[in-house]
Amino acid sequence: MNIRKINAEEITSVVKKLFTDCNYFIGEDILNVLKNAEQTEKSPVGKSVLSQIIENDKIAAAEEIPLCQDTGMAILFVEYGDKVVIENGSFEEAVNLGVRQAYTEGYLRKSIVADPVFDRINTKDNTPAVIHTRITPGDKIKITAGGKGFGSENMSAIKMLTPSYGVEGVTEFVLDTVRKAGPNPCPPVVVGVGIGGDFERCAQLAKLATFRSIDTQNADKRYADLEKELLERINKMGFGPGGLGGTNTAIGVNIETAPTHIAGMPVAVNICCHAARHKTAVI
Amino acid sequence: MEKKITLPLKDEDIKNLKAGDSVLLSGTMITGRDAAHKRLFELLEQGEELPVDIKGETIYYVGPAPAKPPYAVGPAGPTSSYRMDKYAPALMDKGLKGMIGKGARSKPVVDAIVRNEGVYFAAIGGAAALIAKSIVKEELLCYEDLGTEAVRRYTVEDFPCIVVIDSMGNNIYETEPPKYNCE
Repeated sequence: MNIRKINAEEITSVVKKLFTDCNYFIGEDILNVLKNAEQTEKSPVGKSVLSQIIENDKIAAAEEIPLCQDTGMAILFVEYGDKVVIENGSFEEAVNLGVRQAYTEGYLRKSIVADPVFDRINTKDNTPAVIHTRITPGDKIKITAGGKGFGSENMSAIKMLTPSYGVEGVTEFVLDTVRKAGPNPCPPVVVGVGIGGDFERCAQLAKLATFRSIDTQNADKRYADLEKELLERINKMGFGPGGLGGTNTAIGVNIETAPTHIAGMPVAVNICCHAARHKTAVI
Repeated sequence: MEKKITLPLKDEDIKNLKAGDSVLLSGTMITGRDAAHKRLFELLEQGEELPVDIKGETIYYVGPAPAKPPYAVGPAGPTSSYRMDKYAPALMDKGLKGMIGKGARSKPVVDAIVRNEGVYFAAIGGAAALIAKSIVKEELLCYEDLGTEAVRRYTVEDFPCIVVIDSMGNNIYETEPPKYNCE
C-alpha cells in the first residue's frame, strides 16, 4: 500500500462538522429508544419529561442549535492509518483548529478552562480536545467524535477490582455508581462500562462504550447479557426521567472490555446523559 | 395542571407551592453558576456589598450556549445544583428566595430553604433548546469576564419547571423514586 497524503485542512473541516453535527442532531438510536421509553414510562411526570426531551431534540435539529447548553469537552477516538501523511500542518493542530471553528462559529458553548485548580481561565474556543489515537494498518483515518457534558461526567467512577470479585463485583460497582449519581446526571442516562486493561485504559474503554450506539450489543454474548441485565436492574431503581421518579433511569448500557493483568479486574463507569452525542467519519 | 407563577416570587405564592407541582414561571430571574457563586460568596464572607441585589430573587443555575441569530438567547438548560450547595445557604440568608437547577441538594441547603421560606425548582436537564423558547430577553448584570458563567437577568414567559423542594422541606427527589423502585 502506498503512502497517502491528506491535507490538514480536510481533517479540520471534518472535525468541525462532526462537532457541530453531534451537538445539533441527536442520534436515531437515542431518539428511537426515547420514543419507546415515552410509551412505556409508568410515571406521568416521567412521561412528560421524556416528551419534552424529544421535543427539545426536534427543535435543536430543526433550528441547527445545540440540544444542550453543555456542548461538552471535545473528545475524539482516532484510528490513524499508518500509511497516512499529513500535508500542510500537523494532525493534532488540525483537530484543534476544527474544534475551535466548530465551537466559535457553530454557536457552541466554550467550557474549557486552561488551568484546573488555580486560574481556571476559559480558553474561549473549547480547545484543547482530548484525542485518543490508535495507529492502525491502512491509508485511512477514522474519527469518532463527541462533546461530553460534565453534569454526567462528574458522576463517573473507576475502581481497581481484583479477580475474586467476579461478575458480581462488576455488577455491584456499576449499580452503585448509577445509584450514587441519582437525579444529577440528567437521566435517562447511557452507561458506559469499561472492564479490564490497566487504570487509564479501563477509563478510556468506558468512554468508548458511551460512544457506541445504544442499539448495538457487545459481540461476546456473555457481556451482551450483562448489558441487558444491568439495564433492567438500573431501571428498577426508580429514579426515572429527570430523577423525578419513574421506570426509565437508563436508556442504554454498553460494555467494552480489554485484556488485563493476572492480579487485576479494573472497572470504570462513565455516565452519559440522554444526549449521548457522537458522530463518526472516515477520511 | 401547571400553576402559573409570577417572578419575583411572593411569599404567599411560595407557601402555596408544593413539592411535585409543575409550574410555569413568568417575570424576571437572575442567572449564576459555579464561578459567580464563588465570587458572591467571597464578597459575603468579607462583609462586602454584592454587585447584584439578590433580595427576593430567584436564581437560575445556567451557563447558556451562545445565541444564534435571530434567536434572542442560546440554549439554556439547568446545570447540576449540588455544586452550588456550598454557597447557597449564605445567599438564601441574604434574601435569595428561589433556586432553579437540577439534581439533589445537601441537607444545609434544604435547611436554608425551610429557614428562609424559599423554594427549589428543577428544570429539565438537557432540554436546553426547548427551555430557551421561554426566555424572551437577557441582560448582563455583572462578571462579564466569566463568559457563559456571567450573571445575567432573564425575562421569562411560561418557563417550565417543577417544585422539587418546597418551603416545608418536602423533597420529591426523595419521595418519588421509591414509588417506582422494584429492586
